[in-house]
Amino acid sequence: MSAETVKPAETPSPTADLIRFDKVTKRFGDNTVLDDLCFSVKPGKHVTLIGPSGSGKTTILRLLMTLMKPEEGTIHVNGQQLFPSRGEKQLREVRKNIGMVFQQFNLFPNMTVLRNITEAPVRVLGLSRDEADERARELLDMVGLGERADAKPTQLSGGQQQRVAIARALAMRPQVLLLDEVTSALDPELVAGVLDVLRDIARTTDITMLCVTHEMNFARDISDDVLMFDAGRVIESGPPEKIFGDPEHERTREFLGAVL
Amino acid sequence: MSNWDWSAVADFMPRFWDGVQLTLQILALGSLLSFSLGLVWAFGLLSASRFVRWPVNVVTEFIRNTPLLVQLFFLFFVLPEFGVQFSAVTTGTVAIGLHYSTYTAQVYKAGIDAVPLGQWEAATALSLPRHRTWFAVILPQAIRRIVPALGNYVVSMLKDTPLLAGISVLELLQQARLESAATFQYTEPLTVVGIAFILIAYPASLLLRVLERRLVR
Repeated sequence: MSAETVKPAETPSPTADLIRFDKVTKRFGDNTVLDDLCFSVKPGKHVTLIGPSGSGKTTILRLLMTLMKPEEGTIHVNGQQLFPSRGEKQLREVRKNIGMVFQQFNLFPNMTVLRNITEAPVRVLGLSRDEADERARELLDMVGLGERADAKPTQLSGGQQQRVAIARALAMRPQVLLLDEVTSALDPELVAGVLDVLRDIARTTDITMLCVTHEMNFARDISDDVLMFDAGRVIESGPPEKIFGDPEHERTREFLGAVL
Repeated sequence: MSNWDWSAVADFMPRFWDGVQLTLQILALGSLLSFSLGLVWAFGLLSASRFVRWPVNVVTEFIRNTPLLVQLFFLFFVLPEFGVQFSAVTTGTVAIGLHYSTYTAQVYKAGIDAVPLGQWEAATALSLPRHRTWFAVILPQAIRRIVPALGNYVVSMLKDTPLLAGISVLELLQQARLESAATFQYTEPLTVVGIAFILIAYPASLLLRVLERRLVR
């Protein structure tokens, strides 16, 4: 099992897990978003986080992307300690292995589609402009936008923008891809195109995926494991057949009853 | 009212052109100073450390809320007592640039604040180095809001250059005063100077409106 709620005492060495949360607590003021959370993800697995909104799913992704930090607990990625922070240098090292796709795409509107994808590989990984362009065009072909390399993001539909954002994240060749409700801001008819691209990636790469989504069919298709969140804790986890087919927990049944 | 005398206008022309030249020179250098120093202030105001933010805030608020003419007199008449002395033109240019830098700082800050947080987050997610985040992502987006607002301050600055007559800088107004003092004809030189300001400022603000329409969409 790749994702499980673990007690720190029983866990094997941190290197076996790609991602490990140990007793992580995150608060916003009086609101405890993550409550003593423990879970881990093995390399190459696709893990979907489900649960009611406000249950802390997105917070997990944002912590991993170092967009915020936890009040308590430790987070390891690839055996390296992310939090408590060991300084900006280590954060940068860990961050390089993680890519994120956001609900609102967050493409850079001042750059062309191609430049959006090549900027980080050139500036961070040190690729030559030609290498980066080539890689970007391959990725654009993969997401079905090979013809739009020179367009500006504002000239694209939401679904196209999100596919560019996926290509942009993949151009960094991350070990981990974080998907934060990537279809929630899209018109319904554009959702399928984005999900197809992600299914492709899940099938053809060994990239580890952490996915927050309300698309339960998609979650069922791509996930090795599903984590059910409620009030900042994992209340149930397991393979999708189990969670969707025969959930143990009353809250899981309620939630799935409401969204399916 | 005295009769309009075209020959007085003609007599004023040599001084007038000198004044135009110096006024535009002060405007250009003052603008450059205010643009660059303002950016420094803005970075200070946006700093994560309050030990940077607070002092910069105090200094810029102080400069912004005291009159330019007082600052001008202070720099020109008081600083020499401490052994710091520059020519009137230099002092005037620095004073106007410094004064307006506190306004441009606010322009930069507002422009930068208006860039959505998601842009910063995307830059972090891509591990972009800090300077690339600023210069490739944030500033190019902020600039669309910044440029038109800066332009407005350049026009304001132009209209404040006559204050430099107060420390006898030979800009347009001072040239008109000298001319009038020599010929006792006040109407023509002052009228010519007034028209000159309109002829520079009005097209400039029209140009800005066009620029604004192009940049802010």
